[in-house]
Order: sequence, then C-alpha cells, then structure tokens
Amino acid sequence: MILADFFNVLDAALRVSTPLIFCAMAGIFSERSGIIDISLEGKLLASAFAAACVATVSGSPVLALSVAMLVSVCLSLLHGVACINYRGNQVVSGLAINILMSGLTVVLGIAWFHQGGQTPSLSPSARFMPIELPGAAAVADVPVLGPLYSGVISGHSVLVYAAFLAVLFTSWVVYRTRFGLRLRAVGENPQAVDTAGISVAWMRYRAIIICGALCGIGGTYLAIAQNAGFSREMSAGQGYIALAAMVFGNWRPGKALMACLLFGLLDAVAIRLQGVPMPIVGQVPVQLIQALPFVLTVVLLAGFFGRSIAPKAIGQPYSKDR
Amino acid sequence: MPQAPVIDLAIELRGVHKRFGDVHANRDVDLQIRKGSIHGIIGENGAGKSTLMSILYGFYKADAGEVLIDGQVVRLANSRAAIEAGIGMVHQHFMLVDTFSVLENVMLGAEQGMALAPSAAAAREQLQHLADNYQLNVDPDALVGELPVGEQQRTEILKALYRGARVLILDEPTGVLTPQEADQLFRILRALREQGVTILLITHKLREVMDVTDSVSVMRLGEMVAHRETAETSERELAELMVGGSVDLELNKSLPNTGEVLLEVKNLGVRDARGVQVCRQISFNIRAGEIVGVAGVSGNGQSELLEVLAGIEPLSAGSFNVLGQEVDSKYKINPKTLRSLGVNHVPEDRHRLGMVKPFSAAETSILGYHDDPVYRRGPLIDGDKVTAHCQALMNDFDVRPPDPSLRSAAFSGGNQQKLIIAREIEREPKLMLVGQPTRGVDIGAIALIHRRLLALRDAGVGILLVSVELDEILALSDRILVMCGGELVGEVPAGDADKAQLGLMMANAREVENV
Repeated sequence: MILADFFNVLDAALRVSTPLIFCAMAGIFSERSGIIDISLEGKLLASAFAAACVATVSGSPVLALSVAMLVSVCLSLLHGVACINYRGNQVVSGLAINILMSGLTVVLGIAWFHQGGQTPSLSPSARFMPIELPGAAAVADVPVLGPLYSGVISGHSVLVYAAFLAVLFTSWVVYRTRFGLRLRAVGENPQAVDTAGISVAWMRYRAIIICGALCGIGGTYLAIAQNAGFSREMSAGQGYIALAAMVFGNWRPGKALMACLLFGLLDAVAIRLQGVPMPIVGQVPVQLIQALPFVLTVVLLAGFFGRSIAPKAIGQPYSKDR
Repeated sequence: MPQAPVIDLAIELRGVHKRFGDVHANRDVDLQIRKGSIHGIIGENGAGKSTLMSILYGFYKADAGEVLIDGQVVRLANSRAAIEAGIGMVHQHFMLVDTFSVLENVMLGAEQGMALAPSAAAAREQLQHLADNYQLNVDPDALVGELPVGEQQRTEILKALYRGARVLILDEPTGVLTPQEADQLFRILRALREQGVTILLITHKLREVMDVTDSVSVMRLGEMVAHRETAETSERELAELMVGGSVDLELNKSLPNTGEVLLEVKNLGVRDARGVQVCRQISFNIRAGEIVGVAGVSGNGQSELLEVLAGIEPLSAGSFNVLGQEVDSKYKINPKTLRSLGVNHVPEDRHRLGMVKPFSAAETSILGYHDDPVYRRGPLIDGDKVTAHCQALMNDFDVRPPDPSLRSAAFSGGNQQKLIIAREIEREPKLMLVGQPTRGVDIGAIALIHRRLLALRDAGVGILLVSVELDEILALSDRILVMCGGELVGEVPAGDADKAQLGLMMANAREVENV
C-alpha cells in the first residue's frame, strides 16, 4: 500500500502547510511594502490563543476567527506605530511582539482557564471541522485519482482551502491591481511613491493590516481547526519558517506557496518515518528525523530557488528629509 | 477698467520662507516665470534652489509666502496637489522604481481604476502619443533599472507629461549625461517649449544656462539675488552674482614639466563583487609633473579603476607598477603601504571613504595617518597636537568655519573636501589619485582646489584625475584618457581636445572608430 501511504503523507502535508501559507502571504504584504515582519510568529500565537478563548466561551468558530483576526491586526498596528510613525527598528519591534505574546498567552491562559496555559478542549461545533467535497465518496473507488480526490484533496477544514484562495488573492492583488503596483513600489523606492502623490505611511499601514488579517486566519486554523484548543507555544516557530519560505520564494506568492508546501511535505514525511526502521541504518533517532525537515528545507530551497532579492527599501524607515 | 496683466505668468512666488531647524533655506523669495519660457535658476550648493523647487512641488511646505499658478493662489499641501495643479518634476536622483517597466513607472500614482490592465492599455497609448509629439522615445516594456541614464531621465519627463504637467521642473538634469545626451535633452526641452510647456531648469552649470534658457534667476544663501534676461547677461556676471563677489575663474596653467614614470598600468582588468568585468585591458602611465584626466560618463569603470589603483579593491587581470612596486592579481597592495610609498588618494565618495561624518574635523584631518608618531603621546593620541595640525590645515586651505572641534558632517561639501585634500596634500605625495574633487563643491572652493592641484603638479607630483565633469578634465589635464564600457577608448593631449569629440568617445567607442 505504498500509494495509500503516499496519499496519507500528502494529506498531512496540506494540513501542516496551511498556517505556513497564511503567514507567508501575510509576510509578502508586509515586506513588499518595506516593513520587515518578524512578528508573524507572535501574531500567529496571539491569534491562536484569541481564537481558542473565543471559541471556548462563545462556541462560535466564526466569531473566534473574527476576533483572532482583530487581535492580529491590532498587533500589526502596534508594529506599524513603532516602525512607520516612530521609525523604530523593525526587527526589534517584531521581536518585542514575539516575546510579549509568548508570555502573555501563557499568563492569560493560566489566569482564565487554570489549565497550565492550555485552553479547554473544544467540542466539534466550536471548531472548523473537515468538510467533504462534493462527490468525494462517489469517486473514491476510481483507481489513483479517486483516492487522490477523496483522500487528499477532500476532507479538510474550510480554512485549508482558504489558504490556497489566499495565495490566489495575494497574487492577484500584488500583480494585477493598482494597490499592488503601489505596494511593490513603496517597498522598492518610497520616495518615488511619495513624489507620485501617494502617502507612503498610509500604503504601509494598509499593507500591514492585510498582513495582520491573514496571520489571524493562520492562528485560528492552528487552534480551532488543526487542534482542539490552544497549548502554550503552539506556533512553535512556524512564523519564522513561513518567513524563511517567503524569502526563499523571493517575495512571490506562487514560489512562497511552493516553499511552504515543500516544508509541509518534509514535515509530514518526518512524522511518518518516526519509529519506522530504515534500510541499512536501521531505526533512526526521533530527534534526527525531526530535524530532517529543517535541514532538507534549507538545502532544497537553496538549490531550487536560487538567490533571492529583497525589496530594495526593506527595513528602512521612510522620512522626507535628505 | 481692470488692467490686464502685462505678462502672462505661469508661476509666481511671493515672499516664500522655509526653515529647517537653524538653517534658513529660503528667505523671502520672490520669483516670476513667464508662460512658455525656459527659466534657469542657478546658485551654489546649499543656496536653496532644491528646497524652493520642493516647495513648488508640494514636497515641503513653506513656512510663509504664496504660490500662484496661472495667476491663482494655490495651496500645495502635498505632491498630489502640485501634480493636479499641472506641475511636474524631474528630480536630480530619479524617482523611479528600478524593478518596474517604463510603463509601470509612468502609471504609478496615475492609474485609472482598481485593476491594472485597463490603465496599462491607456498609458501605452498615451505614451505613443507623447513619443510622436516630442520625440520622447522609450520602450514602454523595458525595465527601468536596465536603461541608460538618458532614457531613465526621459522616463521621468514622460511621467510628468503623462500627468498633464504644464510646468516642468528639472533639478540638475545634465549631471549624469554625456554632452550629446545633454544636447538631446535640450532639444526635447525646446520642443516642449514650442508646445507651450513652461520649463524651470535648476543647475549650477553656467554654460547650460546661457545655452538654453530665456531668463535666469540667481540664488545665494537662501535668497533670490537677481533676475536677468539670458540675452542680456554673461557667464561672468552670473558667476559673480552666485558667489557674491568677484571670482577668478581663469586658471593660469603652465606647460607641464614631466619627469620619470611614476605609475605604469598594464592590461589591467577588474571584476566587481558579482564577478562582472568592469574594467578590461587598461594600459597607461603617469609621469611626474603631469595631470592625467580620466573622462567618462559615470559608471563606465573609472570609479573601479581608481579604487584598484588606491589599493582598496583587488584587480583580476594584468598588473600595475607604482613607484617601483609591482602589483598584480596575486599581490594585493594595502592602501597603507601605498601611502607609505607616497601615493595619496582623494576618494570619489568622501562620505563613504574620505571621512567619518560624526568625527570632529580634527579627527578627520588625521584619518589614515592616525598612527603617525607625530600625533602620539605614549600609546595615546595627543589631542592638542591633532587640533593644532587641523587648525594649520584649515588656515592653509581656507576651511570655514575654522573650528577643529566641529563635527565633520557639519561642514559644507566644499569645506569637507578642502579638508580632505589638505590632509592628503600635506603628506607630500609623489603620486596623487584624485576622484571627483569638486563634486558638490561651491564655485569658490572649486577654484581653490583646482589651483592647489595645479600647484602640486608644478611641484613635480603626478596626478590621476577622475572626474565626470568634462569642463574640469579639460581645465586641469595635460593628457585625457576616455573610458567607456570599462575600456580605455582613447587618449587625447589636452591641447587638442574638444568637447564634442570627447563626448562622442564617452558615448560609444565604436562610433568613433567609424567616424
């Protein structure tokens, strides 16, 4: 049943990739506008926590999603005030948000739910549950394509499909709209945008608000779709991985998607290989296998995607003074 | 009966004031510009020309005063308001996005709807229209970063016209152009004037003002000091108005008295950090007592050549022999070793290589020579000696203000440059490598720097002068080397050099061969 195993791994890969895809798209909006966003991680964690809290209290996944997005946008705005209005260091500001959220989610979690930083386990009605795509059962018996459709493509939470829509959305906005043209310009040469009569600050604010919203969906997925509640540090560096995927993907939505999927696939393979004896070497220590996706991602991405070129004005606060 | 205005004014400024902190950049400036004319605004660096134009373009807000366009008082709160009032600006440093096509750059900020495609189609059509009317041909799909500067500038002009500019401001437009490209620009400007466009030309080059403008205004220290009809003035009068006193623009240049060969460059090749060949097969020599000028449009390998000869970057092929020391790709010479041999370097980019901006002038004055025992007391630097040394240099080179404790960044460009040149000349070099000695330097300081360089040559020093200012090359050099595309495309004795011929050589080596 090698084929079935393979499809299982693909299925898992999609699930693991989803938060990465949201965060990578969020990062593209922010960084294309010239704002380094290392706080993807913190926003992911904060919105996961917010989603879990709201879902626990209200039982409504949609309300949880809305609040999570709101929380994440607020953090984006905090980053924006520091980086755009006060021209602070963007890495330091992002790092501050990450550290703050890492602590705050645990403190509030313990204070509110008394479960050592976790939120109570959610019932299915309070979560985004897997949905079956039309016809999945009917085609399940068709060789190869049937299991691919019913086992891999169908049967995910609606947010997984939303992640792919987010890539299409990002790609369309960045390359096909007036907003996208200005977004790309403001990350390359903000003075050109300013002299063209467009406000640099307002452009950047709009970009990071979209960034926050997308991160918020990613966090929601993490807490109330992929899992049934929040646990401390549950983002586990995925914000940083998404940031890396975005850089490897050269700040382009399609390539960043590929990088996210590749990482998700390797992660899924690693989970699958745990405890399975390998030919020649025998059973490999779990830690080594867990490290494998990270190592392979770096090697593969560096090999496949080549050198990436950042937006020229990235990380530089804009001011009119010469 | 209401009196009709005698002259139709496109722009009028009344009593414009602008301060930046302690600096009074514009002081009670009045200006009138006739519709459909080319009006020059001249002044030294820091005279307030660019600030004034930025106010007119809505980039800065004036503290006081009025701007009138077509006789109506307008409020230019931002660039958008200026664009809507029909003002377009071509900045000295182009406001272009290098990774965008010409079309995208032209559209940026003037798109018609949310989706790009319809705007792009409309812009393409409009660009064709402009190209036909004004001979402004640029490939709309070319990436701006890959275009030559002349075409980038045309893209900027197209941008302004696409937005319906009736007044076009050009800030130092010829600084980056060859003489031929500059002529072409002036042809475009005249064609625009025929169509009723009003043009404001900001420059410090008097010759251009005389060539192309109808009238001219002179600024000095933030004030508007004079208005003249171009036909009724002269270069000398304008220069004196700019400086506020008489200037001696003449250089008394004696015949060179050349001696032994100090520097011999053989088939030198240079690759930059990305591995791109930026200089190839360069051979020449410099003798004691002569100035060898390297002419070329900025970015044709002359900067890299200078940095290699100064020991800053390694060479990739060939070799050079400097004062008996052989340097090739295996042996990279250290700038410090070069200085101890008697080779001193005035770098092109003084802020990057010539000084440390937050350092005091005294510290800048010993940069590179800080471990000379003269400035030491035991293991420490002797501050009093350094200050006295800087004071002496400042007096000798008329650096203003003569205060060694002032931060280097606080001096004007000309005074920074005087201090750096003083520092290098004081070490009594045998060979001087000089890059862009008068970039961003005012007329008074230019004359002083030029005289000092000539005096150095008369004292038997060999000088390599790299400059993008052709006038400077012609004024100082005994021999002129022309670089284009990383190659040495010709050598002309200074006496025979003419600007048009040099310009052709700078523009394209092959054309010259075919002439």
